Amino acid sequence: MKILVCITHVPDTTSKIAFSDNNTKFDSTNVQYIIGPYEDYAISKAVDLKSSNNAHVTVLNVGKSESDPSLRRALAIGADEAIRIDADPMDTFFVATQIASHVKGETYDLILMGRESIDFNGGIVHSLVGQMLGIPAFSPVMQLEINDSKVKMTREIEGGKEYLETSLPLIAGCQEPIAEWKIPNMRGIMTARTKPFEVVEAYDSETRSRNKNFELPKEKGGIQLIDPDEVEKLHELLRNEAKVI
Amino acid sequence: MSIIVFLEKEGSNIRNTSLEAISYGSELSKKVNAKVVCVVFGALESSEGEKTGLYGCDKLIHVNDQAFDQAVINVYAHALNDIMNNESGDIFITAQSALADPIAAKIAVLQNASIATNVSELPDLNTEFSVSRSIYSGKAFENLILASPKKIISIKRNAIGLIENQKSASIEISDLKLNPDLIDAEITGTDRTTGMILLPEADIVVSAGRGMKGPENWGMVEELAEELGAAIGCSKPVSDVGWRPHHEHVGQTGIKVAPNLYIAIGISGAIQHLAGVSSSKVIVVINNDPEAPFFKNADYGIVGDAFEVVPKLIEVIRQNK
Ligand SMILES: Cc1cc2nc3c(=O)[nH]c(=O)nc-3n(C[C@H](O)[C@H](O)[C@H](O)COP(=O)(O)OP(=O)(O)OC[C@H]3O[C@@H](n4cnc5c(N)ncnc54)[C@H](O)[C@@H]3O)c2cc1C
Repeated sequence: MKILVCITHVPDTTSKIAFSDNNTKFDSTNVQYIIGPYEDYAISKAVDLKSSNNAHVTVLNVGKSESDPSLRRALAIGADEAIRIDADPMDTFFVATQIASHVKGETYDLILMGRESIDFNGGIVHSLVGQMLGIPAFSPVMQLEINDSKVKMTREIEGGKEYLETSLPLIAGCQEPIAEWKIPNMRGIMTARTKPFEVVEAYDSETRSRNKNFELPKEKGGIQLIDPDEVEKLHELLRNEAKVI
Repeated sequence: MSIIVFLEKEGSNIRNTSLEAISYGSELSKKVNAKVVCVVFGALESSEGEKTGLYGCDKLIHVNDQAFDQAVINVYAHALNDIMNNESGDIFITAQSALADPIAAKIAVLQNASIATNVSELPDLNTEFSVSRSIYSGKAFENLILASPKKIISIKRNAIGLIENQKSASIEISDLKLNPDLIDAEITGTDRTTGMILLPEADIVVSAGRGMKGPENWGMVEELAEELGAAIGCSKPVSDVGWRPHHEHVGQTGIKVAPNLYIAIGISGAIQHLAGVSSSKVIVVINNDPEAPFFKNADYGIVGDAFEVVPKLIEVIRQNK
């Protein structure tokens, strides 16, 4: 079985977000970059499938060389080879086209992604790629079981879960608890250095949207503290001042 | 030209988030001079048609083949794409959901359209058509220009709220049938808590964290939620250890909520949790640690023991009913 895992290279979840150049550029000063947490689930699931389903795992990122440490980390966790499509991920449509173009020339049985990137929160790359290639795509997938080419999945929906059955090939946007997060061990880090790592040129593709600028949310106006012995005052404020109950 | 609005249901009623999508379409239609055409599938309560008119629907297309009630994403996407073609739809609007976002993405490919999800305001049409989207899990916004002639927009809860724009929605029953060739997966079952208010739909969310000490103490959280007509949420560690179901997990890696009121009980306010709640209009924090970071991001707070404060709050609400 051949698996492709598509990962993002994004600011750590604890990063303070700021912009420069008149709010047109992300300010990466002091920002630590990581593999998106949802893609950590995707890689972990793929590595589980290596042992249970004898899978070969390719990890892919659409990005510039800044992403290389994240790809290396994926190799250290257990992916067999890495590919970086050398392009700025300009918009969702562009990224989806790059992935779809790569997949067309290959024979992947399973494509795993995160449910969404934690920088732009689009949450649709899996569905875009699926539609471009005519492959079923589902997200967010919490459980995934593969028997021969039959697939059983659990997908989260509002207020609960949906159980699905389909067959490979398939694209899944992963979220917990699909697999336990894995971290690289020493052996993994050593062997990662010898695994294939390919940088390929970007495919021809249009973008359909363009960033104008960024904004930070309005700051809260400061907190009003209420004495724990005057809970009725909180009720009063919520009703008459905030008018939310 | 027309604006197509996809309506999702809860049972045979239209979801509140979808009613907001009608308001959004209707407000936008005033700027671009378009008809608002809403589409709903499957069984529908008879009074619901009129309700769509209240929020500004010009025409409601009701595809009443009840097979759609168990349909998969791909089936809806193609049916809506056909309707969009028939109605000369240039803009497609939906409220964000686990069903709607993948549908929106598929339609974007079929229509060669620009797409924006997580949209938090009405478009700005001054120079180019741009929308404000929530990014970095609620820590920032981006203004995104949608450059293609056709545009697909998925809105976040409380993007504009419910706005009334009374119209007399004409109801058209469509005999469009579900195309079985488009079924790319079988839904073998669903497991949903029924009778509860859905977290992404709720006006009020009562959420609790590790400060509750154990699942056996959630009784008062449920009681408070019940009194307020609120949905229940929790922090990640709470759902990780199985005190509460995963679909209640709020935050950067869980559900992002945008209610009018978010009450956080025994939650420290880690940056990943705050990311999921920052769009809430009013935040109340109850925590016994005055240094808890959540207090810096709240509107009202009580420094106190949840096990004393919450029962008192329930009592006060009951007395004032
Ligand atoms: C990649 C990543 C993603 C994450 N995503 C999320 C996410 O989406 N959502 C999320 O919630 N977390 C997320 N986290 C975890 C996050 O960092 C915190 O660990 C978590 O939010 C803490 O949960 P908590 O506030 O319930 O627990 P704690 O931090 O343990 O806080 C418990 C609070 O309860 C208070 N308390 C204790 N007893 C009482 C009492 N009797 N009365 C009142 N208050 C009391 C304490 O003062 C404390 O402030 C993520 C972490 C990582 C690394």
